Amino acid sequence: MARIVGIDLGTTNSLVAYMNDGKPCVIPGPRGRAMVPSVVAMTDNGLIVGDAAKEHLTRNPARTVYSVKRFMGKALADVQDELTYFPYSLAEQGGVIRIKLGEKTYSPPQISAMILKDLKHRAEAHLHEQITKAVITVPAYFNDSQRQATKDAGMIAGLEVLRIINEPTAASLAYGLQEKTQGTIAVYDFGGGTFDISILKLKHGIFEVLATNGDTHLGGDDIDRRLADRILAEIQAAHGIDLSAHPDHMQTVRLEAERAKIRLSDEPSTQILIDLPNNDTRFTWELTRDRLESIASDIIDRTLTPCRSALKDAGLSPSDIDEVVLVGGSTRMPLVRQRVHELFGQQPHCDLNPDEVVALGAAVQADILSGGTTDMLLLDVTPLSLGIETMGGVMSSLIRRNTTIPASAKEMFTTYVDGQTGVDIHILQGERELAQDNRSLARFRLKVPPLPAGVPRIEVTFLIDANGILSVTATDMRTGQRQSIEVKPSYGLSDGEVERMIEDSFKFAQEDVTARRLIEARLDAGALLTTTEKSLMEGSHLISEEAVTAVRAALSALTSAKDGNDTKAIRTHMADLELAAKPLSVAMLDDSLKRSLAGKKVSDIT
Amino acid sequence: MEHHTHSAGSRNIQMARSMCWHCQSAMTGEYFCERCVKVQPVSKETDYFTCFGLPRRLTIDPSALEAKFYELSRAFHPDFYQNKSETEQTISLGNAATLNTAYRTLRDPVQRAEYLLDLEAGSVKEIRTSPPADLFEEILNLQETLEAYRDSDRDSQEGLKLRAQLIEEREALERRKQDMEGQLQQLFTGWDTLQDRAEATSQARTERDHLLKQMRELLSNRTYVKSIVNDLVETIG
Repeated sequence: MARIVGIDLGTTNSLVAYMNDGKPCVIPGPRGRAMVPSVVAMTDNGLIVGDAAKEHLTRNPARTVYSVKRFMGKALADVQDELTYFPYSLAEQGGVIRIKLGEKTYSPPQISAMILKDLKHRAEAHLHEQITKAVITVPAYFNDSQRQATKDAGMIAGLEVLRIINEPTAASLAYGLQEKTQGTIAVYDFGGGTFDISILKLKHGIFEVLATNGDTHLGGDDIDRRLADRILAEIQAAHGIDLSAHPDHMQTVRLEAERAKIRLSDEPSTQILIDLPNNDTRFTWELTRDRLESIASDIIDRTLTPCRSALKDAGLSPSDIDEVVLVGGSTRMPLVRQRVHELFGQQPHCDLNPDEVVALGAAVQADILSGGTTDMLLLDVTPLSLGIETMGGVMSSLIRRNTTIPASAKEMFTTYVDGQTGVDIHILQGERELAQDNRSLARFRLKVPPLPAGVPRIEVTFLIDANGILSVTATDMRTGQRQSIEVKPSYGLSDGEVERMIEDSFKFAQEDVTARRLIEARLDAGALLTTTEKSLMEGSHLISEEAVTAVRAALSALTSAKDGNDTKAIRTHMADLELAAKPLSVAMLDDSLKRSLAGKKVSDIT
Repeated sequence: MEHHTHSAGSRNIQMARSMCWHCQSAMTGEYFCERCVKVQPVSKETDYFTCFGLPRRLTIDPSALEAKFYELSRAFHPDFYQNKSETEQTISLGNAATLNTAYRTLRDPVQRAEYLLDLEAGSVKEIRTSPPADLFEEILNLQETLEAYRDSDRDSQEGLKLRAQLIEEREALERRKQDMEGQLQQLFTGWDTLQDRAEATSQARTERDHLLKQMRELLSNRTYVKSIVNDLVETIG
């Protein structure tokens, strides 16, 4: 079976890992770093991803996308409150957010696919083989639409997504593999954009999730934002400058806030330095860890309610937890560790690198799927209750939250009007009483044969698979015939749209290759121009006047071709130059040979 | 639109499984064909007790149940069918979903008893909408207090007094619920003993029917009390 890689597609950073001789390893990139910033920039030379794209955040904020994970499976109305924080422009089409980059618009799965493709190429370069299959992680509290969007992203990137796995449970696999622990563990996963808590029972290689809870809109990003707002206010007070009119400086402030927060995990205080626009003044501000903690404390406290709910759902008290495992970059903050310690009454376990452990766990799950690891099995749960809208706009729950997946529920439908030919079904996810307060997943129309009221009996099966993704089938109980159901997702791309995006992605891939060839040709041309000019300076006296003119002409032709966008022209002019400069290089070689031989006897040479 | 909860699966449909779907040999193995080793779908008429290889008893050792659940999970989980045919993947998914439902049902003593009642007496569980006779007056008074509390200024003398009354009521009802659970436990033991005797006399049949009737009554009273307690907890916190 072809190799399956494990991918952690994070809000701030992403990683790819694989199983090497029974041990999961992350794959480093060209600069030796395993983490790829989840940033995509549209430049004049095409799309770029990762570290290079991150540099564009301040240079070209309107065309550089970060934290796209926050928009996966969402409509514009869901993120209305935070739109002002993002320098790039968002729109909506068919219930799906679209991001405008230059002339084109992209859905969040397409942007995520660019990050996935970068990771795919990285893995291919490292492993010297084509990668087509992956396990991708998502926050445990992701709903059906968000999971589906992640799967779509994988498909657009040319990856078959064999499994969507929850981040905290992935971490538990990596942790369990290393520690061989038995007992009850709590995984506290506080990342860049999301928070999850999962409580698991580990016994004889079975990782059984007892309960999970979280907030898919709570992470380190929120702390950075809060701190950035504070810095902006300080700048306003000290210099009377409102930076909100300067998107590039807003990004500088945001990035500096993030860096300062990170520094304060190791130091008691730090200096914040921001260059201000239009003059030479620089804003400096001393920030202590205490101050940061008072700024961030209510955000950190918001993680505690989901923890208590998960414990309650698992029927456990904090003292029943044998070990607390920390995952995600935000758990490096001392205040986070302190709060976790207070809640569970024990020192949390943080020996594993919180940035890498999720990707490592995804690689373990990939190995289980490919049949390598056979002694470990993860039994995960669905984080949210699944139900349908009934009369009066009430949600009737079919599969309760924290039910082990795969899970199924059957429901019998009939008609209440003679000759009725259809029943409309609205599928929901959430914990609230009223349908309107829960997340709408999809709607479909059940076809019913025209019969007297109450006679048709259609059994609908709702199945949540091991990815936490729903599928629906219906059977007419009178005829035993199965009915295929066309489900229209409320907040997702249709199958047709995903198909188109896959095609586009191949087209873009072609454009990407074209762009890369051009860049390479320019680089090669530059190198040739430099060496030829140097040779001409040193050896023009060795060749005829006409030959020198020919070289000069070829040099200037290549110089102008290099500034153009025609890769083929650059290559042709390079060949021309090499040809024209041949007499020069031959003459120079002869000359150096002659000089080295001068004063030597024939017998010395042979 | 109408819908009915279809609680115990489609046991009425007879779909006898006697042949392996793959090699068509007669099936002797439990979940795997003994000839071609292909996984077989858990038959629709297999009840949850049978699925776990257990007799229809109401006392179950939780650790033995868990061990069997883990063993069957290793046999059916879709993770282990990634390299298999599409048919086998579909069977594994369906079996794993059935297994999970079976485990969830049998793990909880109340759900287990409700399921057994459904199997033995063949009817869906009754949902009580009016209080049981012996609680009638108590519940009526409680509802009046609850309404008065909802209308009152919570921080006033009156509000605080009503709140204290409600807390007392809640505690009384919780004790009542515990009593019911104790009585249920006795009925469960009674059921198991009767089954173990395995007598086919008419007296045994009468005893059986009486036990089931008592169980049904108690279970529905308990559900009623539990929902009242939940309401109370929601209102007074």
